[in-house]
Amino acid sequence: MTEAPNTVAFTPDRLAKSKEIIARYPEGRQKSALLPLLHLAQEQWGWVSPEVMDYVAELLSILPIEVYEVATFYTMFHLDPVGKHVIEYCRTGPCCLMGGEDVYGYLREKLGVEAGQTTADGKFTVKEVECLAACGWGPVFQIREKYYMNLTRERVDEIIDELSK
Amino acid sequence: MAKKILTEYINVPGIDTFEVYRKHGGYTAVEKALKTMTPEEVVEEAKKSGVRGRGGAGFPMGMKWSFLAKPEGVPRYLVCNADESEPGTFKDHHLMKELPHLLIEGMIVSSFALGAHKSFIYVRGELMYVIRILEKAIEEAKEKGFLGKNILGTGYDLELVVQPGGGAYICGEETALLESLEGKRGNPRNKPPFPAIKGLYQSPTVVNNVESISNMPWIINNGGDAYAAIGVGRSTGTKLISASGHIRKPGVYEIELGVSVDEFLNSDEYCGGVRDGHYLKALVAGGSSVPILPAHLITKTANGEDRLMTYESLSDGGFATGSMLGSGGFIVFDETACIVRNTWNFSRFYHHESCGQCSPCREGTGWMEKVLHRLEHGHGSMHDIDLLVDISKKIEGNTICPLGDAAAWPVASAIRHFREEFEWHVTHPHEATQPGAVYMGSAALV
Amino acid sequence: MEETKPNLFKITFDGIEVEVEPGTTIMQAARKIAEADRSHDALVPPAMCYYEPLKGTGGKCRACLVKVTQGSAKDTRPMPKLVPSCITQVQDGMVVENTTNPAVLEARKGVVEFLLINHPLDCPVCDQAGECHLQDFAYEHGAAKTRYEEERRTFDRHDLGPYIQLHMTRCILCYRCVFTADQITNKRVHGVMHRGDAAEISTYIEKAIDNDFSGNVIDVCPVGALTDKTFRFKNRVWFTKPVDAHRDCPTCSGNVTLWYRGEEVIRVTARKNEWGEVKEFICNTCRFEKKNTSDWTIEGPAKVLRSSVISANKYRADLVKKPDFALKLANSQYKPIDDSRSYTTDQDQIRQLSIENNDKANHRSQLADKN
Repeated sequence: MTEAPNTVAFTPDRLAKSKEIIARYPEGRQKSALLPLLHLAQEQWGWVSPEVMDYVAELLSILPIEVYEVATFYTMFHLDPVGKHVIEYCRTGPCCLMGGEDVYGYLREKLGVEAGQTTADGKFTVKEVECLAACGWGPVFQIREKYYMNLTRERVDEIIDELSK
Repeated sequence: MAKKILTEYINVPGIDTFEVYRKHGGYTAVEKALKTMTPEEVVEEAKKSGVRGRGGAGFPMGMKWSFLAKPEGVPRYLVCNADESEPGTFKDHHLMKELPHLLIEGMIVSSFALGAHKSFIYVRGELMYVIRILEKAIEEAKEKGFLGKNILGTGYDLELVVQPGGGAYICGEETALLESLEGKRGNPRNKPPFPAIKGLYQSPTVVNNVESISNMPWIINNGGDAYAAIGVGRSTGTKLISASGHIRKPGVYEIELGVSVDEFLNSDEYCGGVRDGHYLKALVAGGSSVPILPAHLITKTANGEDRLMTYESLSDGGFATGSMLGSGGFIVFDETACIVRNTWNFSRFYHHESCGQCSPCREGTGWMEKVLHRLEHGHGSMHDIDLLVDISKKIEGNTICPLGDAAAWPVASAIRHFREEFEWHVTHPHEATQPGAVYMGSAALV
Repeated sequence: MEETKPNLFKITFDGIEVEVEPGTTIMQAARKIAEADRSHDALVPPAMCYYEPLKGTGGKCRACLVKVTQGSAKDTRPMPKLVPSCITQVQDGMVVENTTNPAVLEARKGVVEFLLINHPLDCPVCDQAGECHLQDFAYEHGAAKTRYEEERRTFDRHDLGPYIQLHMTRCILCYRCVFTADQITNKRVHGVMHRGDAAEISTYIEKAIDNDFSGNVIDVCPVGALTDKTFRFKNRVWFTKPVDAHRDCPTCSGNVTLWYRGEEVIRVTARKNEWGEVKEFICNTCRFEKKNTSDWTIEGPAKVLRSSVISANKYRADLVKKPDFALKLANSQYKPIDDSRSYTTDQDQIRQLSIENNDKANHRSQLADKN
């Protein structure tokens, strides 16, 4: 390709990990590694920029458009920069039955943001997501890989305090 | 105590490690199957067990296996569907994080039966911590010689790959899952061809749910007939039920199929009844997509018989007075729940999760959500209620995959059983839009 | 060699029998019937996403759903659901109902409505008007008006390079342009982003579609989502005259249709068959840069076989009529107005009711203001 050289690159250990992931799939099926690699990229950069997607395309020898199509289809990938902590709360039925709407409203009010926004200090991004498969333990937040369950207003205070440190 | 096939040792400390799992009889099914049985015999046991797909469709697993094409020189694949995303369902999440080795043991036995040498566990991406648990367990199993080349010296090779999803309910549909696993958008495929003929990488493939596969170690150890002896009629074995909503003890319970809905809902062994001071209004028995039932059709069928937790009994009466066991997502609503609001919520879910490939689902799910939003927020008309029924009919059965049906059923059934409540939102927009307002029957109309 | 009869499948489509090769789809069988007898044109299921020359198309729009009332001679059970005729293969002895089946027509009416709820209906300013498959589809199978009251989704217009404009708001997401780019260009730069009703055709980041064959996405687009910028607002297609012509082109076959307004070539397209499909894709040089009659060897007026604006004066007042099956459906659904409500003549009660209704209306408008 004639475009400017990519300035983005995985850290050495992530690069090694990406090679390991690609090798899992049968010969010629390296595209299967796309979702795992996008997760790896998001782990490193916090979100997936077009440059990051182009880089992933190059690693997999596929067209950039194939990466854009996939990254925009799946809701876990952040297509814009996000805050230090991304709080994703489940807005689906069972969590709402357990008082989710109140808890989530409290969270937004506390941070002074609407769903989809980032706080002015860049610390928190709040996102609405659909069912996180933890319905019996709702309301639920997911922050990175961690699930926070059986939430109440008090618990929200604790979580935000802890993360603000 | 009821028979436990999957969760007998779930509370044993350290059961997620190889050592402890092995000490409690783990991996004996691998030894038995690989050393003393042929793949055909394993398939035969699965058939005899009558175990049905636990992801929601309820198709007999052994029969599904027997459809797998076996052309010479073409690899075959087993893919475990762990993309659990149906609202109200969280049993696979629970099972995998507590008992990762049970699924792995099931995968080894099942892969052996199908002649697969590379098998995949497709886990929804949100469960990254569970993926790490599974990967660690796979490493352990590999170290002990239960995975990899020449397993237990039998000459059978198997590699297990855990694949993360990326946040898409639709990937629970088996062909969308395969597309996703190939690194593409999760658009369901047109069928035929079915995965058993052309699945992953255009090769013959079987896709099974986590819970279905996790039954296999017990079936191998005890025989398919022993499994079939549990349960009622064609609903054999046990089933994990994810219980949520307005009950005293939400959680995941393993039941023998055939236990009554009344017992499951009200006994202390399971849900423990509706939460204190409240009473039952409605039930979604099998995940958000199945028809909702009003109180009088929950513990009894329309004929006055006891409703049982079986595929057949829950669907007794068809959609007019019945529902479905589905994935076992048991969501209980007490009198404080607004059916219109909940229907709007579910509708928003399906709108959000439609892949957008086929027009009835792409356009219809969004339309239904908007009309329901209007009704819930006091701007609806009587005409909107009929409009919703008509839209749901035009989606149902006309789409590429079952997501269209899943979006249509909750709306159609809510209106079927709770039409008065929808009408109240139209005739009493002021009352209906007060925070926490709920239709309480004709008394509220005064 | 001995004379061997090919093993043909016999199927019945809307009461008409036809013999076709195994592997044929229901759609192709229906087209075969129409090709043999043009009076059966209206029986062929509409295709909004299926495009025979492009591998893998079909199954998405659901416009061509039909009822299989008998699966085959061996298995005479009906298929439980309506099936997409474009990708469903025939079986020997299959019986299919299309325009003769009310459930099919009802479902299709639904598909028209679904496709139109987010369509801008800007036909008066759309270059595709007159040769738009969505117009034809809605005209032949749709209801007179929509029941959709909500806001429609909209997108900004984008230029995909100097020749092609993407007007995503009009798109029905048939994926044909994506298949075209995959199959006849060497490097696809546009695709479907996002999902559900937020899905859009896009290059994601500003990029021109830069390829010798990129212009073909205009021809395959069933609606006015991808249009020819060199033809933009030049003329309505029904005022233009299509003429077949060819040239010696080093890149493509050079077989095209020229669209004349008076003496001027205002547009060049590939040739389309009666189903609106291009069999020979053409290059961008032929399409966009050869707009003089002297560039071409003229063959004669283009044959437009199927009903079309240009060919048959379709919208002449005496010819404007709904196809037979649509009239029959309307007839079968006609219900006299059921007005058995009781009316009151009590003036007080009428006044009271009217106050209540006003309150309701006021309340609603207040709510609407608030939101």
